[in-house]
Amino acid sequence: MLDLRTCASLSEAAGILSGDRQALLIGGGTLVMRDVNEGRLTEGTLVRVTDPAFRQMSTSGARVELGAGVSMAMVLASRELAFLHAAARAIGGPAVRTMATIGGNLFAAAPYGDFTVALLALDAQIVLQSGYGSGRAVPLEDFLSARERGGQGLVTAVQFARPQNPAELHFRKISRVKPKGISVLSIAAYLPLSGGRVTQARVAYGAMAPTPIRARGVERALDGKPLDQAAIQAAKQAALEGCRPATDAIASEWYRREILPVHLGRLLAGEPR
Amino acid sequence: MAKLPVQFRLNGSDRATFVDPASNLLDTLRRGLGDFGPKYGCGQGTCGVCTVLVDGEPQLACLTLAVSCEGRQIETTSGMADGPNLHPLQGAFMDHFAAQCGFCTPGMLTAARALLAKNPQPSRDEVVEAISGNICRCTGYEPIIAAILAAANAPGARRA
Repeated sequence: MLDLRTCASLSEAAGILSGDRQALLIGGGTLVMRDVNEGRLTEGTLVRVTDPAFRQMSTSGARVELGAGVSMAMVLASRELAFLHAAARAIGGPAVRTMATIGGNLFAAAPYGDFTVALLALDAQIVLQSGYGSGRAVPLEDFLSARERGGQGLVTAVQFARPQNPAELHFRKISRVKPKGISVLSIAAYLPLSGGRVTQARVAYGAMAPTPIRARGVERALDGKPLDQAAIQAAKQAALEGCRPATDAIASEWYRREILPVHLGRLLAGEPR
Repeated sequence: MAKLPVQFRLNGSDRATFVDPASNLLDTLRRGLGDFGPKYGCGQGTCGVCTVLVDGEPQLACLTLAVSCEGRQIETTSGMADGPNLHPLQGAFMDHFAAQCGFCTPGMLTAARALLAKNPQPSRDEVVEAISGNICRCTGYEPIIAAILAAANAPGARRA
């Protein structure tokens, strides 16, 4: 039977999660309660955090820090986070967004986890707390590649530098059901232009691998180039580097591979979906 | 394992019950407290038929941990009508024939109620977005959208 521990402090929760392999953090419940309702999760301890620090938002400075318990609705209510609204709105309907947290999204298995794709394009770091010590910052990409092993501790917050020009962060979620559906794939691209050329592009995909991934080939193809036909063509050719999409109820691996370069090209050219 | 006590305000009345530690709010409402307004559809957060308001915000009762509702205000469709007088949204749903089989209706009404509380004059697109987490398998979306838009213009639609 499932037990529940309600923790008033982050360190208490981190201590339980580090010490007990069967302990699982429950945030908004949109992932964990699904497994409980399905009967996939029947043993162990659910850990709930009521520490206000878990839902704190520091959004005014150049460095943004969001507690892992911040919900999609809280992101959407913040004008200072307007550059993340497209990604937050891509998550579920209004009721899901009241509940779903940015920390939980980091753990959502493909084809879910669209918000994390935008965080990857922002080169975010997560704050990971193991045991009763203080948290340490880990690059999001490293965290995601180690995610399946589990047992990394408690994610307490997400940090990233505010994009200097918010219009340079692009996000698209491709789904077949309108107005809302599960991702066939999602793309986030941070494309800062300097003197008409792309400098230090960061492009990330959702649902193209077991976790969200960076599209290094695309980034290399774009860096230092103006966003013209030739660069977009080169980016499309490099689009599938590192991709390992799955076949699931939403789309086949073949279909995902076929449409990714098309949608990437449209995003880069500023064309509508 | 010991049951845990939980108390909250349900449609304006104080209610208390005991729940299993990992119980969801939907089970607590239906089996524990006899409020059969919210329905069990998918148990996965996909269909929206269990949508309730928690402190005025829409949430999926099937995914909400019951103990997290301690001390909060829960509102369901059971509390919408005032005696024999239907809530304006309920009246508009009747007038527009927006309930076909009726299974999605509690979720649709609650999603619409959350929308109108914040945005009393929504556009059609905003209505579509507001019910985007609610599935109607009769596919009767158009009458539902029409009903919500009509209720938005009716007096008293913002009544809590």
